[in-house]
Order: sequence, then C-alpha cells, then structure tokens
Amino acid sequence: MSNIDMSAPLGSHVTLPNPVSTASGCAGYGRELHRFVPLSSLGTITTKTIMPYVRSGRPTPRMAETPSGMLNSIGLQGSGIDHFVEHELPWLAEQGARVLVSIAGERTEEFAEAAARLKGQPGVVGIEANISCPNVANRGLVFACDASSAYETVRAVRDAADPAQPVYAKLTPDVTSIVDIAAACTQAGADGLSMINTLLGMVVDADTLRPRLAGTTGGLSGPAIRPVAVRCVYQVYAAMRAGSVRKVPILGMGGITSGRDALEFVLAGASGVALGTVLFNDPSAPVRVLEELESALAERDFTSLQQAIGFAHTGN
Amino acid sequence: MDREIQRSESPLSRQSRPTPTQSSAEILALEPVGAYHRLVLDTGSDVAARVSPGHFAALAIGGRDSSMLLRRAFSIHRADPGAGSIELVFAVHGRGTKALAAHHVGDSVDLIAPLGTPFPLSGGPVAAVLVAGGYGSAPMFGLAEQILDRGGRVGFVLGAASADKLFGVGLARALTPHVAVTTDDGSYGSKGRVTDPLPGMIRELGATEVHSCGPMPMLRAVTEIATAYGARSHTAVEEAMACGIGICMTCVLPVVGEDGVTRFERSCTAGPVFDGTKVRWEDAGTLPAGLEGADAMNPHRVPAR
Repeated sequence: MSNIDMSAPLGSHVTLPNPVSTASGCAGYGRELHRFVPLSSLGTITTKTIMPYVRSGRPTPRMAETPSGMLNSIGLQGSGIDHFVEHELPWLAEQGARVLVSIAGERTEEFAEAAARLKGQPGVVGIEANISCPNVANRGLVFACDASSAYETVRAVRDAADPAQPVYAKLTPDVTSIVDIAAACTQAGADGLSMINTLLGMVVDADTLRPRLAGTTGGLSGPAIRPVAVRCVYQVYAAMRAGSVRKVPILGMGGITSGRDALEFVLAGASGVALGTVLFNDPSAPVRVLEELESALAERDFTSLQQAIGFAHTGN
Repeated sequence: MDREIQRSESPLSRQSRPTPTQSSAEILALEPVGAYHRLVLDTGSDVAARVSPGHFAALAIGGRDSSMLLRRAFSIHRADPGAGSIELVFAVHGRGTKALAAHHVGDSVDLIAPLGTPFPLSGGPVAAVLVAGGYGSAPMFGLAEQILDRGGRVGFVLGAASADKLFGVGLARALTPHVAVTTDDGSYGSKGRVTDPLPGMIRELGATEVHSCGPMPMLRAVTEIATAYGARSHTAVEEAMACGIGICMTCVLPVVGEDGVTRFERSCTAGPVFDGTKVRWEDAGTLPAGLEGADAMNPHRVPAR
C-alpha cells in the first residue's frame, strides 16, 4: 500500500497508529464487532456509554429509519462501570484494543465516579465524557447545552481521571454556539473534543398518528447529519486557529461511510474520525474506511495524516 | 435432499451461535411465492453449512450510497450446504423490502449470516408441534426435518389472515399427516386462530415441545397453551432490528434470566428464539416492574445536580 504516516494524536502523551475509532453507542463493548474487524486494527474503540450503575434504557420502539439516517432512543442501557471493568475491559485488553471509554452520569459526581474507576486500567487509552446524550429524560441535564455545566463536568472528570488518560468531551450540535461550549470544555482541561453527538429529532407515524419512538424523541445520526458535523468541526478548529479555543485534537464523527467522508472531517480539522451508524450497515467499515482514507490522502499528495488536518483552513 | 446433506454436519455445532460472515452474495433466484418473495443467495462460503433452523440473515439494501442504512433481517428458510446457498422468504411491506424485490437474478446483495440463537434441538426423538403465522413458517420445515431425522414426530399448525398469506402448507403436508390450517377469514382451512387447533394437536402427538414463529400476541398465546399442556415453548420473535449483529440495542425485549431478574435482552443475539415462558410478552414496549436498571430511568431518582 501507500507509505502514508497515519499516526494520529489522541492527547499530548498518546499517539495512535491510525485515526479510526468507533462512535460511542454504535459498537457495544466490541465483542460483536470483533467478529468482523479485529479491534486491534482500530486506532481506538469507543465504548457504549457507561454509567456508574445499571440502567435499563428506554422501552421499545427504540429506532426509526429516516432518509440517509436513523433515530435512536436507546437511553443509555448498560450494566454499569463495575461490570464493564470486571467483565468487558479485560477481554478488550486481551484483544489488544485501545479503548476510549465513554462515561456518563446524571450528576457531575457520577461522571467523576466512573472516571475514577478507570484509573490505571489496562487497555484504557482515554475517557470520553458523554455530556451530550439526547436520550435523557431531562433536557436540562444535557451538560453540553450549557457552558458552565460543561465546564464543571469536564473539570470533575479531568480531576478524577488517571492523569495518563486523555479526557475527551463529547459535544452536541444542538446549541447556539458550539465554539463557546468547546472553549469551556478545553478551559476545564479537556484533552480532546468529540464532535458530534446525534441531533434531537422525532418521527410521527402517519399510520398510527402517534410518535414512532416510545421515548417520543431520539437522536438523529447517519449521513443526513454529516454537513452539520463537518460545520461544527470546522468552526471549532477555526476558533482554535484564532486562539479563542485552546488547541486540542478533535475526534470527528457524524455520518462517515467512506474514506472520502473521513477526509472531509480531517480537512475541516479532525485528528481522528469515528464511525457510528455505518457500522449497523457495514460492520467491516473500519478497515475499509481506513484503507480508503489512506488512499485518498496519497492521491492528494499528502505524506501524513498530520499534514491534512485542518488543511481546508489554509489560504483562507 | 437437504436432510442427507445436513446429516453429515456435526450435530453438536447446531445449538451454538456460529460466527457470522459478511459477504457479497449473488442472487440465484428471486420470485414471488403467493403473497411473498423467495430469494436464493449464493453465499460463496460455508455459511449454509453453519445454518440451523431459526438462524436469520441480515441484508443491506441498495449498496454503499443507499439512503436506507439499516439492515433487514429475515429468517432463513432453507440452507443448502452442497450448493453453498441459503433461501429466504420475505414480504414486501416497506421501502427496503420493495427495493429488495426489485432486484434481479445475478445482482449482489451484502449479506451477513448466520445470525442469532436458533431453535434448540434435543439429541433424541421428541414429539413437537410447529406453529407459525404467515411466512413465520419459513424456518419450520427445516426444523421439522431435523426433528424427524432424530426419530421424532411433528405436527404443524399454520395460520394467516387469509389463504394467500399462508406459506408452506404443501411443504408441511409432505412431511407429516398432522397439519392444521387456520385463516382469520376462513378463506382456507378452518376459520379462526392457530391457537384453536393447537391443544388438540399437542394431545394427538403427545407433544413435549412447541416451536413457534410469528407476531408477539400469537407467541404469547401459544406459550400459554403449550405451558398449560405441559410442553416447552420455543418462540422465534420478529422484532425490528437496525443491525442484526448485536450492536444497535434496538431490538430488546424484557426477558427473565436464570437468576429470576428481568433484563432487556437483544432479539438478535439472545434470540430470535427465546424460551416463551421467559419473555414478559405483556410488558414488551414498557419499562415493567422489576426490570433491572429501570429505576435509573426515573429523572427524579437523583436531585438535578
């Protein structure tokens, strides 16, 4: 193949062999995906969001297909951080997976509790604080909708987490200014930003005359949201260049299905790219997208991923 | 014919959940069968040899740039290990199945199979009644053959809304004289539901197993009757899935575990075949009492920061 240097920064101390990750909630804890793609071939695997306690998630129906996208309303189903650390993480480490653990809580202290539990755990290369899940009962609890809440939560996670583990903040596009939220998160010590979470959406079933999802609203994902995601990455990277947001790596995601899509995010400013909804359609996509991205870089005479990061901003 | 071929396979591998394979599968046949479509796919691998009755396949619709991202899951009607092919039966009822039906022989579709937990098969001879609604019968004929192969006896109860929605009455009659057919409108067989002839069929065969596939209210009613007559109830659910492989978490049902605790279990991995007595049918679509972790869904559980 080509001789492109695909190494990607995860944080100031951590460099990954390649930029491809999975989007939280789209790859479980890796066991099912591993049957299609060796997890060690990914830059990182981002887990389904884990809370400190067991959570059932929402009732069904939890899903609706939409044009070039889908709505999900899972509601953070999971067995809790202890179960993850005892039963899932050792297996992941055994596979050679580099794990970005997505965590959440309903309160800042719960985020911190989950982060602390991951201290020194083998296999964990970083933490993603999911401060933006739309499938929670109280929209006021979406920390990433408010700069001071986002600051407080990211600060608590950074303080509680292993210093060797970079902390990413996952942001929602459903805000007036994602740049303000990004600034708050990096001020709070975020080592990276994951952009974007799903957009809040809903479908009304024209036959039953009622909302399609049991949870009424859900998160919209898939290629339908890609332009929104690219815009968010571009805006935040531009603010980093301008010095109004501290410069940290961006993990870009939102409807990536090909290497060309991934390149779009990289050119906008992403150092890493995460695959989400595409995994439901094509679970072997991570290997394919990585190869396609590498070829796409080579075709454009880049010799490293690093050179292409934020390239769309140059000359502007 | 399938029977002889499948007999040469290891019988011990049948209960386990095999590793699924993703492949581009060529369409060998695609044709209407009554109200349904029959689709034969060349798997180009040993997929067919790993299929047990109750396994399903998940197809991507329309290629890489399709606006339909979610896989469509179909139970596997037949597997021919010799030819390396599998046969699916589907109904056109949405955009995805409509697009699938518009394919031509020679086209390729992205296939993942085999998936899911199949019907359990006991090693020795048993008497079993196989109950299905509509094309839910698709996996039942292969299952019947395997039960017969083990020296067992089978009876069929097949039902549908109307005659054109029945699938496989002839296939059932070729396997056993014990076949009851019902339609809601009486256009074929006896007017009524599959649950009407079921008690008589269980008694007639002395059945200890009832295998069923169809809509949830049917599976619930079948389980109640099977249990009342002392038979085990193995139910294959038809839940909507986004991926079919266990990562999307959309196809969950409240299922009682061995420890007595109810959890949301995935129909694609823990199922599609469940012990019908363990599924809390009446609670599907809710957060029922006793569901593990349901308390965490209450926004008032903790003070808002």
